[in-house]
This record gives sequence, structure tokens and C-alpha cells, in this order.
Amino acid sequence: MLIGESRFGMRQPGDILSGDLKSAVLIAHRLGAKVYVNMNKLFRNDELAALPEYLISITEAGGDAIVFGDPAVLMNARRHAPGVKLFWNAEMTGTNSSAASYWGRRGAARAVVARELNEEEIGDLKSKAEMEIQVQVHGATNIYYSHRNLVQSYLEHLGKEASLVRRGVDRGLFLVEAERPDERFPVYEDDNGTHVMSPDDICLLEALPELVQAGVDSFYIEPLLKSEEYNETVLKSYRAALDLWKRDPGAYKFDNLWLTSIQRLQSSERELGFGFLYKEQVY
Amino acid sequence: MSNTLIQDMPLKQGKRQRLDKPELLAPAGSLEKLKFAVHYGADAVYIGGQKYGLRSNADNFSFEEMREGVLFAEKYGAKVFVATNIYAHQEDLDGVADYLRELENAGIAAIIAADPAIVEMAQQVAPKLEVHLSTQQSTMNWQAVQFWKEEGLPRVVLARETTMEEIREIKARVDVEIEVFIHGAMCSSVSGRCVLSNHFTDRDSNRGGCCQSCRWKYDLHADEQSVMEPGHNPFTMGSKDLCMIQHIPDLIEAGVDSFKIEGRMKSIHYVASVVNVYRQAIDAYMADPEGYRLRPEWVEDIGKAANRPLNTGFFYAVPGAEEHIYEEEEKPAPYDFAAIVTDYDEATGFATVQQRSPFRPGMEIEFFGPGGRQSFQTIVEMTDMEGNPLAVARHPLQKVRIKTEKPVEPLDLMRKKL
Repeated sequence: MLIGESRFGMRQPGDILSGDLKSAVLIAHRLGAKVYVNMNKLFRNDELAALPEYLISITEAGGDAIVFGDPAVLMNARRHAPGVKLFWNAEMTGTNSSAASYWGRRGAARAVVARELNEEEIGDLKSKAEMEIQVQVHGATNIYYSHRNLVQSYLEHLGKEASLVRRGVDRGLFLVEAERPDERFPVYEDDNGTHVMSPDDICLLEALPELVQAGVDSFYIEPLLKSEEYNETVLKSYRAALDLWKRDPGAYKFDNLWLTSIQRLQSSERELGFGFLYKEQVY
Repeated sequence: MSNTLIQDMPLKQGKRQRLDKPELLAPAGSLEKLKFAVHYGADAVYIGGQKYGLRSNADNFSFEEMREGVLFAEKYGAKVFVATNIYAHQEDLDGVADYLRELENAGIAAIIAADPAIVEMAQQVAPKLEVHLSTQQSTMNWQAVQFWKEEGLPRVVLARETTMEEIREIKARVDVEIEVFIHGAMCSSVSGRCVLSNHFTDRDSNRGGCCQSCRWKYDLHADEQSVMEPGHNPFTMGSKDLCMIQHIPDLIEAGVDSFKIEGRMKSIHYVASVVNVYRQAIDAYMADPEGYRLRPEWVEDIGKAANRPLNTGFFYAVPGAEEHIYEEEEKPAPYDFAAIVTDYDEATGFATVQQRSPFRPGMEIEFFGPGGRQSFQTIVEMTDMEGNPLAVARHPLQKVRIKTEKPVEPLDLMRKKL
């Protein structure tokens, strides 16, 4: 699982502060799970001083990996967390095998690939990157990130009460583009800026065998903007599918119950789809 | 690869005494624009080639045009950079090496790259090409800058979110060239961290397909309701354009090595006007820092070319309500590009100009040239090339003669008051 706090990691569904890292790791390890700590922020000068201490606390807590995007984290990790694995996650800019290998040669054991890649690209990337790759298989995706406070700025422009500026994830704010009234884009502001999320949820449950065969090493479920019940259900479905595949790929058969149990809890406003998995993009 | 981390390194103390003149770096969307950018005072220009750049809609350069651009720029002592700033997908990787070798052969001085795949390939196959790290890498702290320096990059283009204070610290701590955007349109997202285009139109923003969805109109809903009331402007992410003409001394004293103007899609008129103004301001400050004064005509002239309202981005504060464009965009100044001077006859006082938008006798016009040469007049006498009086210059690229009140030079531009 991926944990962290907003001082270092963006878009965490909740904060697990550095003081609680040790007990979080203990609980997870006891249950046979690994703990990766999210440090995917883009840091400013005055935030750098906190990096060494945090990296040391991750090391001491026994964290299994550190997720980074900013090279400043890599620089600090080499010195302050030399024994902890590094995962490279540059969000939408992690798009090819050469870039993944570049970070691989500088210490990253895993590349988190962009959600905007299609299946062919993922397979080709994996075959050439010679490192673990992680793909998001379920949930909302971040599609726009700004250091501006765009909700606050707009409400100020309207002269609205500051009480409408609800900071934090999942506060019921949505953007609706003028010509696409049926798509609601969740938007929220926190200490790291403004985040706009996709109007639909990725669901690659039916594509799992293809992704396993393409060599994907890790399947990520995004819990942001979802209830605990929903996230549990999603986890169970993917767990069941992967376990069945592992037991005997030849006998693998998709169980529609995995999907319907998710669909039952799926918001009617958010379609479940394959994201960019089967898309061709132009430019 | 070294792995120094000078966490505890003290900042250099004392007031900086800036000795080197910063570079003025201008965009050039075509060979013609390149020539104007250089003629009006750019020390370097950046262009796009046929591939791997983020302006897939621009009139990008062939290798032949690049060679011609490099030769032209050399006459002025100026350099040509090529933006190879996409985030490549698998299918893009194959041709990169050949492309970079071609750029090197064409005499290109540097590429501007964000994707480590392209950075590394350039270092391997085209060692004479400098690699400048693009703003698309969103570098905004000194340790990240240090990282790229240690990777062998001589220059880092900072993220547009970096503040003046942060730039000062970066320059004080890391000995590497720093380039910052000082003028032009801005992504409101952290550069590269936006795939709105991909979602709305299946066009990949990080490979040049951006359809500027941030500037579209949105409705903000709180819970199930729109916050908009009658008369309210809709929500948008669209930012005002950057303009740092009022803060040139700050930028120079912060140690910025290259002042970058955005706008490979912009007109000759835009590029020439903006370059002309910043060239004068930088030269004036370098010649006499103590006596430097911002000249009001610089601000006016920037306004004549501006497409959007202006602001100072993140340099001094996080942009707020005033820094975004909620109202309909208004053209700040009623001026339009009218013609290019191609010849001037001292004996008769007639200039030959090539039409870029219609004009007629009686219109108020302005001629301007490099170094701030400027003259205002009304069109009184205007003829065709045979000397017959003309009532209107209606045709694009049509050549006409205009009697000027003051001497003008070829490549001077003419704009008209609307």
C-alpha cells in the first residue's frame, strides 16, 4: 500500500504522519503487505530541509519503498535512505522506457507509468525498461495539477464567502465544461495547490490477464474520492482475479461478480471505463 | 556520476555585482520570424523542428531552414536553439538519435528537452549540442537544479512557479545557467502536469497536441449546485500572460542568465515589439544600473503587441483572483500590425512597405525599428509601385509607397491605430 502525508506526497486520501510510520509499517508487515511511502511532490527550496529527517524516519520505520518524482528526493535518498528502494513516479510525464531506464540507472527499482498510455505502449515499455512497472488499474486519475489556488481565486472574483473554499479532497466541488454537461470533474484545493480529477473511473479488471502477460509488475488501485466500502470491494475483486490467474492461468475465467459488485457501488455519474488502454491519441 | 549533496552549504553572502549581460531569448515560429527576432535584438532564438516539439500546429522548421536560420543568426552573433520538449511515447523513440544528429549538423547550439530519454540520447549522439532542461520538467528547487547540473546539463529552464526569492537562492547555491520565462502566455498548471486535452479531445498535450482546455469555460458546482448566479462569469483556469518589463533590475540582480520570451505561434509584430522593448531595458540597465529608469513607452509598446492582460506570475506572489481571465478577453491596446518596410528612398522620403493588414490615407500609423526608433504620423501620401495614388492598401503582401515624416529602414515595422 501507498501511504504518506501532504507535506511530501500529493493526493493522499489521508495523512499518516511520520510519527505513525513505524506502527503503520508494523501492521502491514504483520499482514504480509508492503508499505510504500509517497514523496511525489515537486518541492520548493524552503521544503528541502525537511527531506533528510523524513527519509530517515522512513528508513527507521522499515518502509519498503519511497516514491519520488522530484530529483531532489533522489539526491537526498541516496544519502539519507540508502537501503530503501526507490520508485519513480512522474505522473503524466512517465511515458516511455528510455526515461524509465534513465531513472532506473540512477536508483529507481520501479517506474510508475502514465495513465495515458495504451496497452501496446505499456507492453513495449515494460519489455525495454528492464525494471518493475506499476500501472493504475482502477479509480480516478489526476488530469490537471496547479500550484495556483484556482477555486479560491474564482470565488474571490465572484465576491463569495471564503466558507465556500473547502480545502481538502472530496469536498463536493466539481467542474462542468460548458459543452459537456454530463461530465463532472472533481476539483479540490489543498496545501499543494489545485487538483482536477477525471470525470470517470478507470476499471481494467477485465484486462488483467493482458496486463499480466504484458509484464506489469504492480497494479495500483486509486482510493481517492471513494468510500471505504467501495475501496474494499474493488480490492477484493482485483485480489480474487489475480489470485485465480496465479493459481492456473490456463483455467482462468472472468467472474462477472467481481465486476457487478463494483458496479453496484459505482456512482451513477461516474462511468467505469478502460481509460486510455485501447485508445490512439493524436498530437 | 558524482553525488554531492551540499545540504548544509552556506549561501554566498553580500550583494551580487552582476557582470555578465543576460541573454535575451526569443521564440521564432518561422524563418521570417527568426530573422525579425534576431534583427530586433535577440541574443538567441528557439525554434521547433518537424518532430518532438510541443507546437505541432506551428510552421515548424525543416533542416534546410534551420541551416539558413543559423547562418542568418551568426551574422548577428546570435544562437539558435531547438525545442525538443515532448514527453516521448514508445513510438517516438526510434527516430530521436538521427534527428538530434541532424540538429547538430545544422549548427543548432542547443536543444531544450524535458524527457530524460531525449536528454540522454543527445548527450550520447550529439555531443556538440548543448542540452538545456525544459520548463516542462517543472524544476523549482536548487537541489533538483544541482541534480541536472551533475547530469551534465549546462542550463536549466526553471518552472514558471519559481519565485524571485527562490531564483536568487538557486543562483547562489548552484553554478549553472538559469533561464526563466519573462514574457508571454503561461500554462496555469504545473507544466507537463496537465492532460485535459487528452481527456477532452484525445490530443496528447505533452506531445504538442494541447487544445488549451484550461482556457475554456466551466461551471463550478458545490455539491449539486452551480455557484454561478446571473451576471457571474464562468470558472476558468486561464491565466493572464506574463510580463516582467517592470522588474528587469530584479531579474538581472537575481542572476538569471537567460530571459525567455514565450510565443512560437505569435506574429512577427509581436516578436519584434516584445524583443525590442526587453532589449532596450536590459541594455539600459547594464549600461548604468544606478541611473536605470523604466521608460513608459516600453510598457506602452508591450501593450500594443499584447493579446491578453498581463501579470507577473509567481515571481512575487501566488497568482490570485486578479491574475486569471474571467472576463471576456479584451485587446489591451487598439493597434494592429500593418506593414513591413522593405526599402527607403532618402531622396524622396518615400518608404516601400509590404502590406500585412489593410491601411489607407488618413490613418494614424507608427513606424518602429530596433533600438527603440519610433515615429508617429498620419498617412498622407500613398502610391502604388508605379507612383499612382492609392486609396487603400487592401491586398496581403501588396507593396506600396508611403511618404514618411522621418527616415525609416528596411525591416522597420509599421502599425496602425484602430
